[in-house]
Amino acid sequence: MTADIANLATPPSPEDLEPLVTPDHGPRWHRLPIVRQVRTSVGLQRVMLVTGLVLTGIFILAAIFAPLIAPYSWAQLRDGSGLFGSQQAPSSAHLLGTTVGGYDVLSRVVWGSRTALLTIVTAVVLSLFLGVFLGLVSGYFGGWLDRVLVVVADAIYAFPSLLLAIVAAIVISHGQSSLWNGILAAAISITVVFVPQYFRVVRSEVVRVKAEAFVESARVIGSSSARIMTRHVLRNSVRTLPLIMTLNCSEAILTLAGLGFLGFGIEPSSAAEWGYDLNKSIADVTSGIWWTSIFPGVAIVLTVLGVTLVGESLNDLADPRLRTRRAAGGGRRGARAARREQRTTTEPEEAR
Amino acid sequence: MTAEDPVVDVRDLHVTFATDGGDVAAVRGVSLRVEPGEVLAIVGESGSGKTVTARSILGLLPETATTSGAVVLRRNTDTGASDVLSLSPSALRQVRGRDAAMVFQEPSTALNPVFPVGWQIAEGLRAHTSLSRSEAHKAAVDVLRRVGIPDPEARAKYYPHQFSGGQKQRIVIAQALVLDPGLVIADEPTTALDVTVQAEILELLRRLPTEFGTSVVLITHNMGVVADLADTVAVMYAGEIVEQADVRTLFSAPRHPYTRALLDAVPRVGASRRSAPATATPRAAAPAEPAAPVVEAKSLTITYPGRLRQPGFTAVDHVDLTIEPGQVLGLVGESGSGKTTIGRAIAGLTPVTSGSLTVLGTQVRGISERKMRPLRRRIGFVFQDPATSFNPLLTIAQCVAEPLMVHGVAGDPRDARPRVDELLEAVQLDRSYGDRFPHELSGGQRQRASLARALALDPELIIADEPTSALDVSVQARVLELFVQMQAELGFASLFISHDLAVVDLVADRIAVLHHGTLVEEGDPAQVLDAPRDPYTQRLLASLPVPDPDEQAERREAWRALTGVSANAS
Repeated sequence: MTADIANLATPPSPEDLEPLVTPDHGPRWHRLPIVRQVRTSVGLQRVMLVTGLVLTGIFILAAIFAPLIAPYSWAQLRDGSGLFGSQQAPSSAHLLGTTVGGYDVLSRVVWGSRTALLTIVTAVVLSLFLGVFLGLVSGYFGGWLDRVLVVVADAIYAFPSLLLAIVAAIVISHGQSSLWNGILAAAISITVVFVPQYFRVVRSEVVRVKAEAFVESARVIGSSSARIMTRHVLRNSVRTLPLIMTLNCSEAILTLAGLGFLGFGIEPSSAAEWGYDLNKSIADVTSGIWWTSIFPGVAIVLTVLGVTLVGESLNDLADPRLRTRRAAGGGRRGARAARREQRTTTEPEEAR
Repeated sequence: MTAEDPVVDVRDLHVTFATDGGDVAAVRGVSLRVEPGEVLAIVGESGSGKTVTARSILGLLPETATTSGAVVLRRNTDTGASDVLSLSPSALRQVRGRDAAMVFQEPSTALNPVFPVGWQIAEGLRAHTSLSRSEAHKAAVDVLRRVGIPDPEARAKYYPHQFSGGQKQRIVIAQALVLDPGLVIADEPTTALDVTVQAEILELLRRLPTEFGTSVVLITHNMGVVADLADTVAVMYAGEIVEQADVRTLFSAPRHPYTRALLDAVPRVGASRRSAPATATPRAAAPAEPAAPVVEAKSLTITYPGRLRQPGFTAVDHVDLTIEPGQVLGLVGESGSGKTTIGRAIAGLTPVTSGSLTVLGTQVRGISERKMRPLRRRIGFVFQDPATSFNPLLTIAQCVAEPLMVHGVAGDPRDARPRVDELLEAVQLDRSYGDRFPHELSGGQRQRASLARALALDPELIIADEPTSALDVSVQARVLELFVQMQAELGFASLFISHDLAVVDLVADRIAVLHHGTLVEEGDPAQVLDAPRDPYTQRLLASLPVPDPDEQAERREAWRALTGVSANAS
């Protein structure tokens, strides 16, 4: 039978060889996720995206190179010339002053970015894996499992998320505070809040993709459920996740800061944490000491702003209806446009 | 200005869209004139710019479009005319509905589901005139009566879901006519409708110029509809008008090669048998020894469970079918007739409720997924829409290799590649196409790759569910030709599902006609199509417009006689 097919294979006639319709991708790096979006964006959307990227970039760089940037350690109270002193105004020794506890504000802000980044990464990775797995199984198989999981997810939605986070923090840390304990407590409590979000998004996507003809064709071929889920459904259901991830990152920062502000965060000796510093600076505000509260606060605002800007502009750019484009004819018409045009004209080639 | 002026005069229209990949010129230098009382048909394949041209008459283009040229539309209020492209938004709003109105393709989405239809028709009146509520309602009822909605006083208060698809399209047409526009633009008005309903809507559209005094711009890809309705025809290809002629000239003596190719590609009932009466014989010749049938359905019934406390819906009702080895059974019916359900039941996608369905010697009723799997290896399936039946993230080669890998013939896509290349060449695709992604192929190429995937395991049975209904007519001809050729070479049995009698006639050895879940007629094509016994089959055949204006005029009379519609009242 195999030979039969080989024999009947006739060389395609010349008019059958339709023009290559492979899209022009440009250099490989142009297709990288963020680079591609920056290239396709125009106008205000590009400004938003680039601003967000710069802010996020500064945040990540500060976190990675904290030991090089920060003049002191996060828990350092003294150097060679003795104690820093408490609530010192900004000076050449302490560019942003010192806190009521006698820590250097600049160092705490810089080291704080590292805590925030670790929390975000842990929280997002944990909730991503759990949420995607549950969403996939629940959406694909449906039935009673699906119903139970949806009810649980709805129940978690009904809780105030900060209250849930506080409970989780107490359960996990047992009152002990260390860097990883604190980060895990914050991360896991954030995970509990975020898993339902990922679960819902993935589940609804899976329910949609499940009805697509290519999943049906995989079933007709005789593929097993595991193979259909991993090979056909999963990869087609996670397209919106990067957007939710960026938006969740900013929520994670806010939850961590909120926990710290309420006193469920990380002790100052374990790690620097912006929310904790804000909490300790409440009393300073009324006595005219502005530097202890402004800088951690600005750090939180800028980080959240940066990540949110990236998320929002990626969201807009991913949606053809929201994406702005250069006006036709007015903009530059490069070789790409000309090729594209040629391609559309040769499309109904089979007619000839 | 006199009455002899054209209703609309499009001069050197250019439309360019800004897209992510740069600018796309959708319409390039189109000039058209529509005289009063004329029906102009714009035909062309998808992407040829016919819809964009028509929408620009109403200024209905998206913001990404840039236009140049002129679209001069005669005003309905006085005898002047205005250039639509240069109107202000508020002036454009005045023009829409009053001077020109639009009939959309999909009647079920063109009507707002939460308002009664009478209210929706009156809405246009209230936007343009100062009629009172009751006067507007009266006018709406009147126009509903004129488009053939029975008992319009009561039914004006009905909501869209209470009407059938054909009636909804009548309401959409009524909505367009209520302000007596000089021009109605009908964008594929019958594409979403069944062929018997299509005939009724065409009958209504034909009355527009004489009874309502409107000109019609008809956009369609169906040459039969053109032959039925149009006075003049403009053939569009790649954003340009390649030929414009009156309908008889165009069909009898097409000048442009593209028009000729388009007309040649249209399948006609009986054409294959008339031109080559011998072709059916060798295929129909059964193997020497009597083999067991590939598919045998006895009193097959499939019921979809209803909602709470509602009876289920019986999609297939006591159907008896057999497909012998190497035989192609064409299954014809309108939407909702249960033809797809039968195909899905044979593939094990839909459970059988009662009766018996034997596929390749195995009883499928109540079969477990585990027992079904070895059977799946021997069945190939070609889906309706090639755009969605491929995983968009896998290359064509990976998609075609899927059945080989699932059934352990090949370990990974690289092992399967020689066989995949063979299959791609068998369906006349270059092997380099294997490395492309589905969206990088045209519709016809994708459907050929879909056939390659169905053939990957040398199946004994291929189920083809409307394999060409999503394709342009010229592409459809190639895919059908390939299907017939492969079937002759490989000798698989096939269930070929289609709503198009002419398509089934090209490929099938036997034809079965379904109507509301029951089998009304079965036999060889010559018997079913040339001498149908069942009244439903007769009606189906008579409703099918043929791409020949003179022959279609005769058929129209036959259809009127059959359905009891007189020429001047319906």
